[in-house]
Parts: sequence; structure tokens; C-alpha cells
Amino acid sequence: MNAATPVRRKLKVATTSLAGCFGCHMSFLDIDERILDLVELVEFDRSPITDIKHCSPDCDIGVIEGGVCNAENVHVLHEFRKNCKILIAMGACAINGGLPAQRNSLDIRDILAAVYAQPGRGVHVPNDPEIPLLLNEVHPLHEVVKIDYFLPGCPPSGDAIWTFLTDLLAGRTPTLGHGLIHYD
Amino acid sequence: MSNGQDGKSFFLDDEEIPFEDGQTIIQAALSAGKYIPHLCYHPEFKPHGSCKLCTVRIDSRTITTEDGQTVKIPGRAAASCTTPAQDGQHVESETPELLDLRRTLVQMLLVEGNHYCPSCEKSGKCMLQGLGYDLGVMSPHFPQYFSKREVDASHPDILLDFNRCILCELCVRASAEVDKKNVFSLSGRGNTKHLICNSESGLLGDTNIAATDKAANVCPVGVILHKRHGFEVPYGQRRFDRAPISDNPVQYAPVKEQV
Repeated sequence: MNAATPVRRKLKVATTSLAGCFGCHMSFLDIDERILDLVELVEFDRSPITDIKHCSPDCDIGVIEGGVCNAENVHVLHEFRKNCKILIAMGACAINGGLPAQRNSLDIRDILAAVYAQPGRGVHVPNDPEIPLLLNEVHPLHEVVKIDYFLPGCPPSGDAIWTFLTDLLAGRTPTLGHGLIHYD
Repeated sequence: MSNGQDGKSFFLDDEEIPFEDGQTIIQAALSAGKYIPHLCYHPEFKPHGSCKLCTVRIDSRTITTEDGQTVKIPGRAAASCTTPAQDGQHVESETPELLDLRRTLVQMLLVEGNHYCPSCEKSGKCMLQGLGYDLGVMSPHFPQYFSKREVDASHPDILLDFNRCILCELCVRASAEVDKKNVFSLSGRGNTKHLICNSESGLLGDTNIAATDKAANVCPVGVILHKRHGFEVPYGQRRFDRAPISDNPVQYAPVKEQV
């Protein structure tokens, strides 16, 4: 009789996009059929892929795209930090605010006025309570919570994401060599 | 022994580098094909010694203590672009300590300015970016400074985007030493230090700079840009897509770009 081989628990991975464009998630899907190898090692928890709305309390890895531009982003980021052992900032926006942060040199009232001004009807900034309030500046994730790993790129390529995740899952510090490390 | 003309040499990371009297450490190293990371150094101008990326350690010693332990006494840290090479000197450059310090310098430069690579025309051939890639800078580490800086589009051929200035003074030195025009200067101190243009209005369009001037072609980052020439080389074929900055030290020393 064979002794039962202990089955290694799959690691739980949660992902989300905050003030991002979902480009990093699209790039994540560029790992193509390697996603079949990945799901041998991980199960997806809260993620646009599963449509699960909240993180399980025992997530191992949280992958976050986009910076923090509104109150809801702050809540989601705190939920990820609370429930994930390892948090990864994925992509330029998560790392330095990215293109959304280019509004930081402008006054938020001026921006809203410019966007929502209607000729002859004044300024009507949407104020439905369901709409998250904008922060006066867009912030990178590491300015709000502790981030364990950073994966740069706009977006990081599918190969970069694959190398990064497989390094991490194998217990190595992820390193991206020439061609995989990109800031754009 | 592959000594220089004067028969003198020093050791860079244990590799013998020949040099001639008057050469700095970085000049001799680059001539020998050895790369030392740098941003404000340019072979054609007087060394500036401000970016500190090229910092090396000189003549570290190993001593044995009374209880028999071996202890390394770090040599003095010096900018290799301003330090003359000396015969028999032992120079360290690619050590974990110095590489860490260089990463920190790149991170500080990245958070101090507004460096948004995805929307920058210089992306792919930016020396700061190339250094970040080569040194493996994965995170900004520090909080973003989000400095508020202007853009000067007053010149018909040249755009100035001060958001990306790293205060290396390459344009200042090129304009003064090569073009003899003194178009640029640095003004202010500390974190208010910034690049200014030498005209009554302060605008580049009111200076006598031309797109063919040396000063218009030495910016290592995306401050001095040529209008109507953005994003000419496709993603994947740009300078640092093809090879890392350290790959060919002589070729990738700042050179006049094709306009």
C-alpha cells in the first residue's frame, strides 16, 4: 500500500485593477496556454477572471494593477493588503501612478469643471453617492500600503508576468533580465 | 601587460586597464571597453561629477586582526569621472554595495521628476531608463515627489519638457563649451534647483539655440526633444530594446543623435 502523497495546496491568487486600464490584465492573458500550467499551481480568488467580489481571508498572492485615484481604490487596496500574504504592484500605474497621475499637477476642481462644463448650463459634476469620490492626487500603491514586489511595464509583457510569477511560485526572488524589464 | 602609452595601468574589478597620464578612471575604463554606469559624464565635455552614478571604491584593503579575523576596509568612494587614474590603483565598480547605491540613485532621480515612460518620446533610448533596466530597478522605493514643472514649446524646432530634467548639466556644458552660446543654466538651490534658458523672457524660443547645436542633442533623458521626430523608432527596435546600456560602453556613451 502506498502512503498517501500529501497534496500541495494550490496557492490562492487574487487580482484587481484600480486606476488602471486593464491593459496589465490583458497582458496577463498573453501568457496564453501557459495559463493551464499556472492553474495547476494556483487557484484564482477575487479577480476579473472569476468575478468573485471579495478576497478570501487566506489569499497567498494579490496582484494589483493601477494606482489609487479614488476612495473605492483605497478600500479595495486595504482589502487586498488585509487578505493577501504577498502583494504585487503590477504595471506602471501601480508603481508610480502612471498616466492617471499626470493630473496631479492640476487642481481637481479645475479638472472636473473642464470636463463637466456644459455650454450655457454651467458645471454639473456628477454627485451620485454611488460614485466614489476622487482623491486630489493619484498615488502609487506603495504610498498607501506595504507592497512586497513590483513588476514594472506598461504593460509588463506576458513573458515578463510569466517569468515573475513562476519565479515567485518557485520561491525565488523574481528577476527580469534584459528584454523583460520595461518601464513602458 | 597591456599598458598604456606611458606604461601605466590600474585594476578595475581585478582587470588590468591601461591608461595615459591625464585620463580619468572612467575615460580609461571606457577606452578599454569596460562600462561604468554614468549619466552626467560625456567624453566631449569637462567632467561634472554630479550624478554620482559612476562612483567607485579605490584601494580597499584587507587586514588581519589580532584574533586572526580577516576584515575588509573599504577604500574611499570617488566619482570615476573626476578622479585621475593612477598607476597600480585598485578600483572596484561592480560590487553589490556600489550596485545597490546606484539603484538608489536611479530611484531617487525617478521619483524626483515626473518620469512617465509610456508617454515619453525618449523612451527606449533614455539613459536613465537604460540604467534602471541594467541595474534591475524594479520599484521607485521612495514616495513620488510629483513636482509641478512646466513645458516650453516656444521654439519652432525644439520642445523642452522640464518634468524629466535630472540636472546633469550636459546641455549647459554643451552650449557653453561647444556651441559657445550659453543657452542653458541651472538656477536655484536644493530642491528648487531647475534648468533655465538664457533669454529675457526665459523662453527657449527667444534664445539663439538651433536644432543642430550640440546642446540640442545631448539630453540623456526626455527634456530637450526635437519637434516632429517623436516615436520614430517602433517599440522593440529602440536602442535599449536591442541591447542593454552596458553592452557596448563606447557606443552607448552619450553620442550625437541623428536628427
